[in-house]
Amino acid sequence: MKTETKEVIIIPERCKECGFCIEFCPKHLILASAEINSKGYHPVYISDISQCTRCDICGMICPDFAISVVSKKEPSRV
Amino acid sequence: MKKHPLDDYLRVARMPHIWCPGCGLGLVVNCFLRGLLRSQLNLDKVVIVSGIGCTGRAAGYINLDSFHTTHGRAVPFATGLKVANPELEVVVISGDGDLVAIGGNHLIHAARRNTDLTVLCVNNFVYGMTGGQMGPTTPLTARTTTSRGGSVDRPFNIPHLAAASGAAYVARWTTAHVRRLEKAVTEALLKKGFSLVEIVSPCPTYYGRMNKQVTGLDQMKYFRDNSVIKSGIDPKGVGIEVNGPIVVGKFIDRG
Repeated sequence: MKTETKEVIIIPERCKECGFCIEFCPKHLILASAEINSKGYHPVYISDISQCTRCDICGMICPDFAISVVSKKEPSRV
Repeated sequence: MKKHPLDDYLRVARMPHIWCPGCGLGLVVNCFLRGLLRSQLNLDKVVIVSGIGCTGRAAGYINLDSFHTTHGRAVPFATGLKVANPELEVVVISGDGDLVAIGGNHLIHAARRNTDLTVLCVNNFVYGMTGGQMGPTTPLTARTTTSRGGSVDRPFNIPHLAAASGAAYVARWTTAHVRRLEKAVTEALLKKGFSLVEIVSPCPTYYGRMNKQVTGLDQMKYFRDNSVIKSGIDPKGVGIEVNGPIVVGKFIDRG
């Protein structure tokens, strides 16, 4: 039996720091990091993944295809 | 590097795209692809046609059959594709400067003939790629690079233009309404007849900066806070004014 889990992926090289996901995350979990990517922007990170509901607003609102919720199928531990 | 779920439908070698930080066009492509996948259409039969301009780049980034046409002629090329091969689902993604200014006649006549096309018209109020000149959708009194004291012309009301010309499906959403935009794309794709979705989008570089909304995020917050959803009303009264409310919704859905 396989269960489906969802996880948030961030591709830091694509982030252009527009701030849409930071503003529109319903739980305000996304923040700009101190790191700098090769284009000179501060890519975002998720501050507290345990509160994330995987609503995928960040994935839909990202204009740069840098963040999204992906489904992963993995064997259950039971 | 991690893989984005939409990477299969994008020309990844061209990423990151050229659109400015804060521009809404990537978001439009993102929501369009999600709406397209949700519509369950055969992707081998979908063609993306776009004209010239910032939005015209969309056809170059989507990894489906795509066609980058001459300025303003996206709708005639799309009509030709549809007439020659009616099995195809032809989608036009283009900007207001391309579809409503130079291609205005093509747009109204395609709507008049009720050609089975899906048109996504991205409205950012200016000609972005050429330097932010005022266009036919620039709201009255808005400042642009060629209207420093404020535009003196009344703008086109795109939903009203399309509806009056006979379009079968007319909706308007902003880039702040991502879920509704995705749903509208799916409905427009599945609609038989001429469907037009106007997407109000930020252009921080040439429109926002001159109109006291300095970043794309400021424009997004404005869209979110000042949009009024009024589905089903007569699109005659949904013109956009500076600092006024933006009426959004599904205006026309002829069976």
